[in-house]
Amino acid sequence: MAVGLIGSAVKADAPLRVVSMNLCTDQLAMLVASDGQLVSVSRLARDPRSSAMVEQARGFPVNHAQTEEIYLMRPDLVLAGRYTARATVDMLTRLGVPVAIFDPANSLEDVASRLTQMGEALGREGRAAEIVTQYRDGLTEFQAEVTRNPRAALFSANGYTSGNHTLAGQILLTAGFANVAAEAGYAMAGNMPLEVLALAQPEAVITSRPYPGGSRAEEIMDHPLVQSMRRNTAGFTDHDWVCGTPFVLRAIGNLAKLRQELEAE
Amino acid sequence: MKRLFAILAAMMVLLFLGSLVIGPAKTGIGENLVALLAGGDGPLPLIMREIRLPRALLAVMIGGGLGLAGAAMQGYLRNPLADPGLIGVSSSAALGAVLAIQTGFAAMGSLALPGAALVGALAGVLLVMLLAGPRGSSLTLILAGIAISALAAALTSLVLNLSPNPFASNEIIFWMMGSLADRSMTHVSIALPFILTGGAMLASLGRGLDALTLGEDAAEAMGINLHRLRLTLILGTAAVVGASTAVAGAIGFVGLVIPHILRGFVGGRPGALLWASAMGGAVMLLAADIAVRMVLPDRDLKLGVLTALVGAPLFLHLIYRTRRAGQ
Repeated sequence: MAVGLIGSAVKADAPLRVVSMNLCTDQLAMLVASDGQLVSVSRLARDPRSSAMVEQARGFPVNHAQTEEIYLMRPDLVLAGRYTARATVDMLTRLGVPVAIFDPANSLEDVASRLTQMGEALGREGRAAEIVTQYRDGLTEFQAEVTRNPRAALFSANGYTSGNHTLAGQILLTAGFANVAAEAGYAMAGNMPLEVLALAQPEAVITSRPYPGGSRAEEIMDHPLVQSMRRNTAGFTDHDWVCGTPFVLRAIGNLAKLRQELEAE
Repeated sequence: MKRLFAILAAMMVLLFLGSLVIGPAKTGIGENLVALLAGGDGPLPLIMREIRLPRALLAVMIGGGLGLAGAAMQGYLRNPLADPGLIGVSSSAALGAVLAIQTGFAAMGSLALPGAALVGALAGVLLVMLLAGPRGSSLTLILAGIAISALAAALTSLVLNLSPNPFASNEIIFWMMGSLADRSMTHVSIALPFILTGGAMLASLGRGLDALTLGEDAAEAMGINLHRLRLTLILGTAAVVGASTAVAGAIGFVGLVIPHILRGFVGGRPGALLWASAMGGAVMLLAADIAVRMVLPDRDLKLGVLTALVGAPLFLHLIYRTRRAGQ
């Protein structure tokens, strides 16, 4: 068999009706699956705040991760995240539906592993390998020399911040920033008190964009202290940051531009 | 009386200073106060002036306001169970604030949010007064309060659950329990005018409330205009409770506990109880806000948890005593 054929073909024992019920597996599956293999994605895949693939997701019926609707779609494989809709996953397993569980990505290397895992689950190893190669090539472009690492903090609703052992933290590091949360002792994610942020005096504060309707949790990002630290170089986290997909490259690229602006000051 | 004033004032000053020097950024006490007063370079003056000072100021304003409102309502209704939190005024204010935030009305100007909460509080007070009557018995007052609290809390939860904001529904607990975490000078400036005006209105009721202890006829004979007194009480309470709730959520039991503790010290005179309760309320909320930071420094423990832990047993005791007195 020619190698090129494997890239576009589905193996004989590959699943034919795949339902994804997690935002991150939705996007991995849309990238890797062959035409017609994926039958449904989760509701969030169409939400522009969370999903980097809204346009593609419009081509699929959505599900709400509820056992009944998923079972009625007669899937021969269900894709789920480690922590999503546990009751639904348990019930589907009891009903004899195969479920592939994907762990969340906590590093840039995890993105490649999840893509490979998706390739194996869908019988599309070739396509997955292609994307992984492109992704790794994209990553090496960011290894270019960085003269200085400005200190930045990720700070979103409720003071939620991410340390170096998280996907968001790795995006920050790869874009050439030093992570203030790591200095303050946050290896994983957690809520950083406003005072601790102020004491650290980061050069840039990267917040999330507030949702409509307003909430007290997000008010912290409008606190005069945070505003003064953000100055003109405000970065925002968006849908490219949410899941371990190759779209993290775009997040790193945008953030690297912010760093260059800071360095030019 | 002078001694009580001196003791309360000393406690207020001590706790205010304590509130300023306790926080997650562990810096020296002297260093903190110098940064607050003299400023200087670095992040510490900002932390003191933008994070800790507004928090301590809000505790004084809101605690004082709630203590005063509780004392005034108890004096007017001649009922020791009348607390703005218990009789549903705070919950109604929270509903007003939540509606204003979720509809976008709160963004129209700095007066919009406390104004909406004031309207909510006003509706709550009027409903309670209407249902319980001007000389309502404890039973009707508490029943009316339960009904209004439950209705307002349900509507608040509904509005927050319907919100497009994914964080909103988690904030039901904030609106029901209250917290001063991460408030800024902006919150002080929007609440202050309402609390000062409402507080001044309530403080002016002293003579009228003293006269009322002799009965309504006697009070009118002494030249007290009861209609005016009631109107001042309703508007003052709504302004104080509305603005407090708009920035800090509904904090219960301050207006119940403080007048109850201090009543003996002022010889049972409702007029003197007003200023004493304002100071006592500030002391209680400052202490509670320090406690939430010391018990669980990493989590935002709600103020209402602590005030209820102190207040609910006292409330039960009051009910027990009221029942015995009725027999």
